[in-house]
Amino acid sequence: MDTLTVLFRLAWRNLWRNRRRTIIMLGAICLGVWAMVFLTALTRGMVDDMIEDGISALPGYVQAHHPDYRDDPSVSNLLPQSASAIDETLAGSALRSWAARVRVPAMVSSERETRGVQLIGLVPARERDLIFLDYEAVEGRFLEGPEDGGIVLGRKLAETLETGLGKRVVVMSQTPGNDIADRGFRVVGLFDAELEAYEEAYAFTGRTTLQNLLGIGDRVSEVVVGGDDYRDVDAEFAELAGLMGDGVEVKRWMDLDSYLGAMLDVMDGFLLVWVVVIFLALSFGLVNTLVMAVFERVREIGLMLALGMKPISVLGQILIESMLLLAMGLALGNGLAWLTIHPLESGIDLSIVGEGMEMYGAASTLYPKLTAHDVLLANVVVLALGFLASLSPAWRASRYDPVEAITRVDG
Amino acid sequence: MSTVRCVDLCKTYLQGDREIKALDHVSIEIDEGGFVCLSAPSGGGKTTLLNAIGGLDRPDSGEVWLAGERIDTLSKGELADLRLHRIGFVFQAYNLIPVLSARENVEFVMQLQGVPASDRRARSLDILAEVGLEGLENRRPAEMSGGQQQRVAVARAIVSRPALVLADEPTANLDSKSADSLMGLFTSLNRRHNTTFIMATHDERVMAYARRRVHMLDGRIVEDRLQDGR
Repeated sequence: MDTLTVLFRLAWRNLWRNRRRTIIMLGAICLGVWAMVFLTALTRGMVDDMIEDGISALPGYVQAHHPDYRDDPSVSNLLPQSASAIDETLAGSALRSWAARVRVPAMVSSERETRGVQLIGLVPARERDLIFLDYEAVEGRFLEGPEDGGIVLGRKLAETLETGLGKRVVVMSQTPGNDIADRGFRVVGLFDAELEAYEEAYAFTGRTTLQNLLGIGDRVSEVVVGGDDYRDVDAEFAELAGLMGDGVEVKRWMDLDSYLGAMLDVMDGFLLVWVVVIFLALSFGLVNTLVMAVFERVREIGLMLALGMKPISVLGQILIESMLLLAMGLALGNGLAWLTIHPLESGIDLSIVGEGMEMYGAASTLYPKLTAHDVLLANVVVLALGFLASLSPAWRASRYDPVEAITRVDG
Repeated sequence: MSTVRCVDLCKTYLQGDREIKALDHVSIEIDEGGFVCLSAPSGGGKTTLLNAIGGLDRPDSGEVWLAGERIDTLSKGELADLRLHRIGFVFQAYNLIPVLSARENVEFVMQLQGVPASDRRARSLDILAEVGLEGLENRRPAEMSGGQQQRVAVARAIVSRPALVLADEPTANLDSKSADSLMGLFTSLNRRHNTTFIMATHDERVMAYARRRVHMLDGRIVEDRLQDGR
């Protein structure tokens, strides 16, 4: 303990022997850490946004379907259980949010245009946490219950169809018997989505209304489950798979949308590479600082070894010096990153490149996201690689022969 | 009883292609409480002998014994322990750690030894007072004169009451007044604590203080005589 105390004291004071060099190095570490954390926060914000948008665009965290539904997402491939049985089973589960939907391809026609959409029959109360819509932000109103006979369209689709609130549209879809089912719906709401593509792709009506239109009784196409952390959906997956039993295919969101799943992995890998690359640039400065510091103190290190200090203590002193430098740089860099990210958390307006962002699957407002995991990753990488980079100069210092080191003084 | 016993020590260095015999069959015994001066012209072997006795360097052949223990066969770690616990060192220059105060420099060795903080502090203050540095405890080496710095080094060397203090050219960078003062301190500590002092020097003033004078030339002891020290 006494040795550790003296090593810390020596390391700390030696750090400030050459103030200018230490301050320059601290500045470099601080900027490097800031760049790591800041870009990580921007990237994380964008990726999170894309994934959460993707998940909220109906997949949820976990889904259950008829085993053939993914190959043929038609009304012929419904879940074997009834909606009421599913509702009853899931109501007694530990799942935080879930919903059973009817989802079919359909044609929506106005008096001027016709467009193909995914028509979703839902129970609005169950979907609030699962879909991308803010019910209160819908122009007109959102659906009021499963029996609601109105239809909610995206604003872009309404523009394309040249229809609007209060007008009627005709919806056509296939029944399980391969007949055409159609009926008129009054447009009760128009929704806006961050991605225009969603406004064109989806239309919503009450679940019972759609079941009646298709003549499928109380059957549904899919069960969707939400959760707390999209990165870890194993618990939800296991719970739903257990509850739905055999004859039902249960899939995680990353299996349902392999593009989004791959993006998550790629982005995690990219962030790690980014952090490591910045550190490698920093490490040249760090190692140079330590080599210079050791070189300037050869005689002093020789003296300490001559007095009986163990080589391992010399090694420890140099490593502590390096770790103190890195820890201070990390603290400053993290603080600077927080100070610059915090004011931007309400969103960075990128509407000037909004179309490009949308093609990429991202919204035109970027919300930087500073997560403990990413900050921890940057800090651990810096400390761990810093430790490794410092080993060489520290090891060399500990290997000095005291006589040779002292001879440099005494000639 | 002899504190130091060297038997037939040989040490050769290579200087370019040339072999330099730094120690050439050197044997010497130094008793406990001795006050010995090793003198030699530059390159005569005095520092090499001092380093061998202090466990800082190994002879090519021969034996070094310290208080009845053979030390030339010890491992690096064991030698570090030996230096830490049983030998005090005073070097010619760059004796102190620049970032530590006088008191912290004196405490440094005790800290490595694991002496409790309160004991350490009391002993370092006592010894600094004994070497005449009362009131300068918190000064860093750069804030002290050469003579004061050497006194701190002496305080550090003797604070743990080692059996042996080795001093290599301790007065080389001091003016004559400071050199006399330092040698007076050595003499006094030698007499009071019966600590064995071995000094390597080519300074006649230092030699005058020693009770035994060993003169070396080309790695050999050519003269070994007792004298009345000052």
